[in-house]
Amino acid sequence: MTGPTRREMLLLGASAMIPTAVAAQETPRRGGVLTVHFATEQRILNPSLQASTGVYIVGGKIQEALLDLDAEGKPVGVLAESWESAPDGKTHTFHLRRGVTWHDGKPFTSADVAFTAMEMWKKILNYGTTLQQFLTEVQTPDPHTAVFKYEKPMPQGLLLRAMPDLGYVSPKHVYENGDIRQNPANTAPVGTGPFKFVTYERGQHVIAERNPNYWRNNMPYLDRIVWRVVGDRAAAAAQMEAGQILFSPYSSLTIADMQRLGRDPRFEVTTRGNEGNARTNTLEFNFRNAALADIRVRKAIAHAINVPFFIENFLGPFAKPGTGPIPSVSTDYYPTEPMPQYGYDVAAANRLLDEAGHRRGAGGVRFNLRLNPAPWGEDIALWSTFVQQSLQQVGIRVEIVRLDAAGFLRTVYNDWNFDLATGWHQYRSDPAVSTTVWYRSGSPRGAPWTNQWGWKDDRIDAIIDAAATEVDPVKRKALYADFVRSVQTELPLWMPIEQIFNSVFNKRIRNAGNNARWASSSWHDTWLAS
Amino acid sequence: MRILNLALRRLAASLPTLLLIIAGMFLLLQLAPGDTVDALMAQMGGGDAALAAELRRFYGLDVGVPAQLGRYLMRLVTLDLGFSAIYGKPVATVILERLPPTILLMAAALSFAFFFGLVLGVVAARRVNRWPDTLISTLGLVFYATPSFWFGLMAIVVFSVYLQWLPAGGFSDITQDLTGIAAVFDIAKHLVLPTLTLGLIFLAIYLRIMRASMLEVLSLDFVRTARAKGLSETRVVARHVLRNAMLPMVTLIGLQAGTMLGGSVVVESVFALPGLGRLAYESVVQRDLNTLLGIVFVSAVLVIVINFLVDILYARLDPRISAGS
Repeated sequence: MTGPTRREMLLLGASAMIPTAVAAQETPRRGGVLTVHFATEQRILNPSLQASTGVYIVGGKIQEALLDLDAEGKPVGVLAESWESAPDGKTHTFHLRRGVTWHDGKPFTSADVAFTAMEMWKKILNYGTTLQQFLTEVQTPDPHTAVFKYEKPMPQGLLLRAMPDLGYVSPKHVYENGDIRQNPANTAPVGTGPFKFVTYERGQHVIAERNPNYWRNNMPYLDRIVWRVVGDRAAAAAQMEAGQILFSPYSSLTIADMQRLGRDPRFEVTTRGNEGNARTNTLEFNFRNAALADIRVRKAIAHAINVPFFIENFLGPFAKPGTGPIPSVSTDYYPTEPMPQYGYDVAAANRLLDEAGHRRGAGGVRFNLRLNPAPWGEDIALWSTFVQQSLQQVGIRVEIVRLDAAGFLRTVYNDWNFDLATGWHQYRSDPAVSTTVWYRSGSPRGAPWTNQWGWKDDRIDAIIDAAATEVDPVKRKALYADFVRSVQTELPLWMPIEQIFNSVFNKRIRNAGNNARWASSSWHDTWLAS
Repeated sequence: MRILNLALRRLAASLPTLLLIIAGMFLLLQLAPGDTVDALMAQMGGGDAALAAELRRFYGLDVGVPAQLGRYLMRLVTLDLGFSAIYGKPVATVILERLPPTILLMAAALSFAFFFGLVLGVVAARRVNRWPDTLISTLGLVFYATPSFWFGLMAIVVFSVYLQWLPAGGFSDITQDLTGIAAVFDIAKHLVLPTLTLGLIFLAIYLRIMRASMLEVLSLDFVRTARAKGLSETRVVARHVLRNAMLPMVTLIGLQAGTMLGGSVVVESVFALPGLGRLAYESVVQRDLNTLLGIVFVSAVLVIVINFLVDILYARLDPRISAGS
């Protein structure tokens, strides 16, 4: 691929500077329809019931959480105005915003928060059920105060960091009767957010319109948001170019199209606004395979793969080498001192494999492995091929077994029918929410993205448990440093690449990417230049 | 009366076929690893085992495969297609919503292919082995050999991105509220590129069949007779040859109406159209048995109906083929 010419570089530089300079001076314009790429349709749109980017992209504009993240990635109040925690970490009080109404006109009160927390977050919401397992009750001394009571200490940092994703509130009066899972509001959400749900035509679009009674004065600016369902990646890129879609979130276009649109002055391709959505690529080892249970073999596999070369040639500027399970965007928990790493070293890989007793046999082959790549994301497909070819060089023959989403989860996490697997570990603001489950033993068979490797380490389990309930932030950070060092030494799974989702913006969108989880956030201050 | 009789006999004969298709499909999908809860977990990005067990109960997956199949067939007898896991609505509603765009696209593409295939086939046959024939046949071959997703994407790049004449995808313009005749034109505009993309492949087939069939009929004795009695060439072709040469075309359209229902997954995906093909694909990926079986059932019924209509049409085109025998 040829790079941009000098002339193009100058133009690119100029065009990249102008919008920000102009945006700073411009007054927001009211009106306009923001069209958004909706790549995978969801069964429900209510983010109190399902924590996933595919739900936030729609539901996050209609319903609001107690807190959100600001531009620096720090928690900031939305439906909660302020909060305080008891020193023992067992009581957390949220003071709720006054004068907020649901889209159907009913007032928002602490009863809604208590109902959502006990009936949805604790019982149904994925990740929420784990986070809130020790929540015993939510007291409502008055309509604007919600007091969360925990059986075991809940670190304030963990709760606040989890709330932007796992703290969406649903209206009690809509949900209190009948089966929550079958409530019609699941696909026609009622919220307090800047946009009111209008319609969801399956296979076509979702439409939401401006909420005239929104609690932030004179907001939102947009008249409407239209999410267009486009499953084909290349077609979505063409729709962006034709102006039918103005925003494509979460790396939903092909890598080649993103690089191409990035050179077009009409678009901006950036990781800005996705800092809260970091992910790492994994290489998961099945310890039931005797060869992989040997740490020398796992280390040899890591040494055999040239990660920087792969990133530079296949992923481009959208990725960097990973250093462990906690990604570098996690400013609070990313370890400050260097952790054990496994650089590209074929000689070391061969030596380790020889030491482990796997001599090269006929055709230079030491042994065979099956690799199951997850079907989400072009990078995983590329990475699995790269792993296959890299391991070939050190005498490990890899057969790639491709399955669709349901097949992959069942085969790897329930049937354990794999040797190597690769996919994404999505980091959700705090290691206790999304990361330690990959290492903690004792997860029931079949729970996806948990330790299903047949590996157990009592010391690491103890660190994980201690960190989850440690109230002191300094001690908590030290525990997580210890955790990273231990798992990078034992290497039960390897997280060699760190990525942040990309957004592709049409430059008409203003205030785009101005917080750490922008694609998921409420877009109350987003506006469109003419 | 004779037609009604035939219809009833056909229906009775197709019931075992339908049952076989449904049961086969059900068992085939059991072979795919994972169920709809696994697919939901993948979409959610996580969830614990208790949640999964709860969801399996909710979707009725907590009983064995024979019990599930039994339940399904029992419901089907009462024409209840069940509840769609991915859409949270009755399957019948989901399919009904998708039918109009599918049938519109299918009818548009088939009539486009049929009409132009017929015209071009006749032209090619009349100028056989001369330049119009070579040109038409070559073009037909090119259309046939080009993958439809590539054709669709190129059409989008040319007509939507560069020329900006036509929309790049979708079924209607949702950023504006259109009503009446404006809405009809809007939908028509959105269907131009998908129709061309889907129609061009079939056009090639129709063209080849029509050409061959014309050439064959043109060499028959009754054509010589028609010419001998002094009829003009146009009249010979229009009155005598065309009608007889149409039979293979009608057979083909009956066969292809069925494939087109499911075969437009690619075109529907590229143009983001809410059709049955994409719905079927989605339900396989999401392991949504009820929806998939519902689509299979509806498609099978449609194929049976279309083939029945084709049989009646045969009798009209060629009285020697009696619908009753």
